[in-house]
Amino acid sequence: MTDIEHEIEQPDERVPKRVIGTPAPGTSMLGDGGPAARDAEVAGVTYQDETKARKAEKIVALCFTITFLAAIAFIISYVVFQVGSPEKTAISNLALGGSLTLALLGLAVGIVVWVRQIMPKYSLIQERHPMVSDEDSREVVAETFLQGAKESGFVKRPLLRRTLLLAAAPLGLIPLVLLRDLDNSKMPGAKFNETLRHTVWGEKTKEGKPLRLVVEGTGQPIRAADFNSPGGILSVVPEGYQHDLNALAKATLILIKFRPDEIKSGTNLNWTHDGIVAYSKICTHVGCPAALYEQTTHHILCPCHQSTFDAADGAKVIFGPAARPLPQLPITVDDQGYLIAKGDFAVPPGPSYWERGDAEAEARAKGGHA
Amino acid sequence: MSSDLTSVPKGIAGPSNFLDERIGGANFLKRNLRKIFPDHWSFLLGEIALYAFILLLLTGTFLTFWFKPSMGEIAYNGSYAPLKGVMMSEAYASSLEISFDVRGGLLVRQMHHWAALLFVAGMMVHMLRVFFTGAYRKPRELNWLIGVLLLTLALVEGLTGYSLPDDLLSGAGLRITEGVAISLPLVGTYITFFLFGGEYPGEDIISRFYSLHILLIPGLILALVSAHLVLMWVQKHTQMPGKGRTNKNVVGAPFYPAFMAKAGAYTLFTFAVVAGLATFTQINPIWLFGPYTPADISAGSQPDWYMGFLEGSLRLMPSWEINLFGTSHAGTLPLSVIIPALVPLGLVMTGLALYPFLERWITGDHREHHVADRPRNNPHRTSIGMSAIVFYGVLWLLGANDELSANFQISLNWTTYAGRVLVFVLPALAYIITYRVCLGLQRSDSAVVSHGVESGVIKRLPHGEFIEIHTPPADDIEAHVRGKEAVPMLPVEADGAGIPPKGMRGPLGKLRARMSRAYGGEKIALDEGHGHGHGHEDEHAAIGSGEDRSLTH
Repeated sequence: MTDIEHEIEQPDERVPKRVIGTPAPGTSMLGDGGPAARDAEVAGVTYQDETKARKAEKIVALCFTITFLAAIAFIISYVVFQVGSPEKTAISNLALGGSLTLALLGLAVGIVVWVRQIMPKYSLIQERHPMVSDEDSREVVAETFLQGAKESGFVKRPLLRRTLLLAAAPLGLIPLVLLRDLDNSKMPGAKFNETLRHTVWGEKTKEGKPLRLVVEGTGQPIRAADFNSPGGILSVVPEGYQHDLNALAKATLILIKFRPDEIKSGTNLNWTHDGIVAYSKICTHVGCPAALYEQTTHHILCPCHQSTFDAADGAKVIFGPAARPLPQLPITVDDQGYLIAKGDFAVPPGPSYWERGDAEAEARAKGGHA
Repeated sequence: MSSDLTSVPKGIAGPSNFLDERIGGANFLKRNLRKIFPDHWSFLLGEIALYAFILLLLTGTFLTFWFKPSMGEIAYNGSYAPLKGVMMSEAYASSLEISFDVRGGLLVRQMHHWAALLFVAGMMVHMLRVFFTGAYRKPRELNWLIGVLLLTLALVEGLTGYSLPDDLLSGAGLRITEGVAISLPLVGTYITFFLFGGEYPGEDIISRFYSLHILLIPGLILALVSAHLVLMWVQKHTQMPGKGRTNKNVVGAPFYPAFMAKAGAYTLFTFAVVAGLATFTQINPIWLFGPYTPADISAGSQPDWYMGFLEGSLRLMPSWEINLFGTSHAGTLPLSVIIPALVPLGLVMTGLALYPFLERWITGDHREHHVADRPRNNPHRTSIGMSAIVFYGVLWLLGANDELSANFQISLNWTTYAGRVLVFVLPALAYIITYRVCLGLQRSDSAVVSHGVESGVIKRLPHGEFIEIHTPPADDIEAHVRGKEAVPMLPVEADGAGIPPKGMRGPLGKLRARMSRAYGGEKIALDEGHGHGHGHEDEHAAIGSGEDRSLTH
C-alpha cells in the first residue's frame, strides 16, 4: 500500500523512477542514522553483553511462543466449553481466564526480559527548563491581550458588556430548569415530604376493608391464633403490595409475639393483639431492613450499621447510630381472625429528613402514642 | 542473526511521510521520541491506575452489549435454575445472563469488578507516593488537583457501577445512598426525589446511574486523565535524588524504545493480574444474593473496599439527631448520618486539595521542585500523611466491624466503642511515632555520610580498644542521601528591636510564623551525625520546639 502511495506522490520530473527493492527516495522523518552513527558509543547508553543478550533472546522467544499457544488455547476453549449452568460456566471461566492470563503474562514477561537484558542500559540526561515563559513573551501576550480587548470594544462600551452578562445569566439557568422533571411523580416539590409521611397501611382494600398483614414471600395472611412463636420474628408486608417496591420500602414490618409479662412500657399495648407487636422493619438510620433478631434479649439489629432496638420496649434504640425507635404499627384482627392494620404509622417510618420535624411530639399532641 | 536496519523501512517511512507532510509530526517527535523518563519503582504506581482504567473501558464496553439498564419487572427465564420464575428487574436478569449465558461473560464481568478495585487502589497508592515525596510542589499543583478530582470521580464511578446489577447487595448500597441523600438539611427530600424520580426506589435509578456510569463520569475521567498525562509530559517527571540528578535535569531512559516497551509490558502485567484474579477469585456472585427488594437484606453486607471508610464512619457515629425548631414540620438534622457521611470525606478531600497551597504558605517556598523528597526529610509532612492514613484506616476497619466481631469473637459493641476513641487517638499516636522515626532515619543518614558504613573489620588499637573500621558509603548511595534539602522556612526571626518581620505580626501572621518554624528547618543536619546511641543532642529537636538548628551546620 505504501509503495503505491509513494509512487503516486513522487512527481516524476523531480525524482527518477524507483527500482523495486531499492530504498525509498527522499529523506525520512525518522532520520537516516547509518550504522556508524548508531553504533557509536553514546554517553549514558551502555549496550548489553552479547552472549547474555543471546541467552535472553531465547527466553523472550519462549515467552512469546507461550503467548501464541495460550491465545490459541483461548479461542479453542471458547468454542469447546459452553456455558448455561454454574458448573459449565465455572469450567469455561477457568479455561478462558487461565489461557488469557497466561497469554498476557507471557507477553509481559517477554517484553520485560527484552528491555532489561537485550536493550541497552540508559542513563541519559536531559535539561529541564523553568516552566515560566520568558519576560518578552509575557509582555507580548499582555500587549496582545490589551490590544484585543481594545479592538473588541468590550471595555469601552458598557452597554454591550452589561447586556451580554444579562443575556448569559438566564441562559445558564436553562440546563438546571430542564432537570425539574427528573422527578416523575408530577407533584409539587412541597408535597415530597408529605408523601414520605404516609404508607399504604393507611389505605383500604377494594372492598373498603383494612389491609391484612401477609407473610413476605408467600403472601399468606396471618391468623393471630396460629402465630404462636414466642421468640421468633416474621417479615410481613401489606396485602396486595407484595411486589410494589415503593410500598415495601416504607411499609415492611417485623412481627414478634411476646408473653404479656415481657412487654415494657415503651410498647403501646393498644396497638398489639394478644402479645403480637408489629414494628416497621425499615431502620430509622438510613433505611436498611432491620432484619436480625436475638430472641433471648429481644434485640432487633440492623445488619448495615448495627443499630440495635429493644423490641420489648417500643423498639427504642439501645445501640448504634439510629436516633429513633422503629415506629409501631397499630394492629388488630378482622372477623376471620386474620391480623390487619388498624391504620397507618403514627410517625413516618424510615430515615430522618429535614421536613420530618418532631413527628413524635405531634403524634403525642394528637393524643396518640409515638 | 539478521543484520540491523540501515534505513527506515518503506512500510514506516511511507505513512510517516504522508502524516508529516500534512501535520508536521516530525517536529514533535524530534523533541519527544527520546524524552527521558526517570526510573524508580514508586513511579509505576500511578500507571497501575491508568492501565486498570483502560481495561475498565474495554471490559465495560463488552458488558454494555448485554446489560439492560431497566427496572421493569420480569420473571427470570435464564439458565440459573435456583432463580427460575422469580420476579426481578431486567437489569438483574441481564446481569445473570452475562454471568451464565454469555461465553466469557462471567470472566469479563469479574475482570471489570477487579479492575475497578485495582483502579481506585492504584490511584490511592500513587497519590500517597506523590504526597510523601512532595511531588505535588510547584510546578505540579495543578496536576495534583486534577488527581484529587480524579479520585473523587472514581469513587462516584464505583458507587454508580456497583449499584447497577440490582441484586440484593447492590440495592443495600443504594438504600444507604438514599438514606444519606435524604438526611441533608433543606434539600434532602428534593435531591432524593429528583435522583430516584420520585419515592425510593422508583423505576429510574438504574437507568440514570447507567448513563452516569458509562458516559458522563468515564468521559470526565478520560478527559482529566488525558490532561494529567499531558501535564506530566510537559513538566517532565520528577526524579529521586541521586548521582548527577539536579533540579535542572532529568536522568533516565528514553521514551523510545525503552520506556515505551516497559509501559507496554506493564499494561500487560496489569491486565494479566486482573485476568488472573477474575479467573481464580470469585467476586460479587450476584446470583447468590437474589433480586433486590427493600424488605430484605443479608447480614455481612459490605460495600466495595474504597467505600469502606464511609461505611465505618456511619457505624461509628453516636445516635445524634437534632430538631432545630422543635416543630413538627421542619428542622430535623440527622447528625448521625450527615456528620459521618460528609465530614471524613470532606476532611480528606479538602485537606488533599489544599495541602500544596498550605505548605507553600507556611514554608514560603516558591521555587520549582523536580527532585522528589525522601519522606524522612520532611518529617512533619510525612507525619501528617501517616496520621491521615491511620484515620482512614481505622474508619475502614470499622466498616467491617461485624466481620471482625464474628471472626475474632470480640463484642460487636466494643469494636464500636473502641473505634470512637481510636479514630482520634491513633492518628495522633501515628503522628508522634512517624515524626520520631523520620528523625531517627535522618540521624542514620547523617551517620552514613559523616562516619561511613560498617565494614565488618574489627581493629584493635594500641591501647587495647576494639573498634570497627567504617568505610565511606558507595557513591550512588551517598549521592542519594546528600540529595537532602532542608525544609524551607519563612524569615520569622524578630529583628534587633524585637519586631517580627512584615506579615508575621497579626494573629494569623504569628500562627504562620510559628507553624513555619515548626514545619521548616533542618532537624538533623547531614554532616553532624553521631551514630547510634550518641544522639542525645538531637533529642532537643522535638516537635514544634522551635529549637531546630538552621541550615548553617
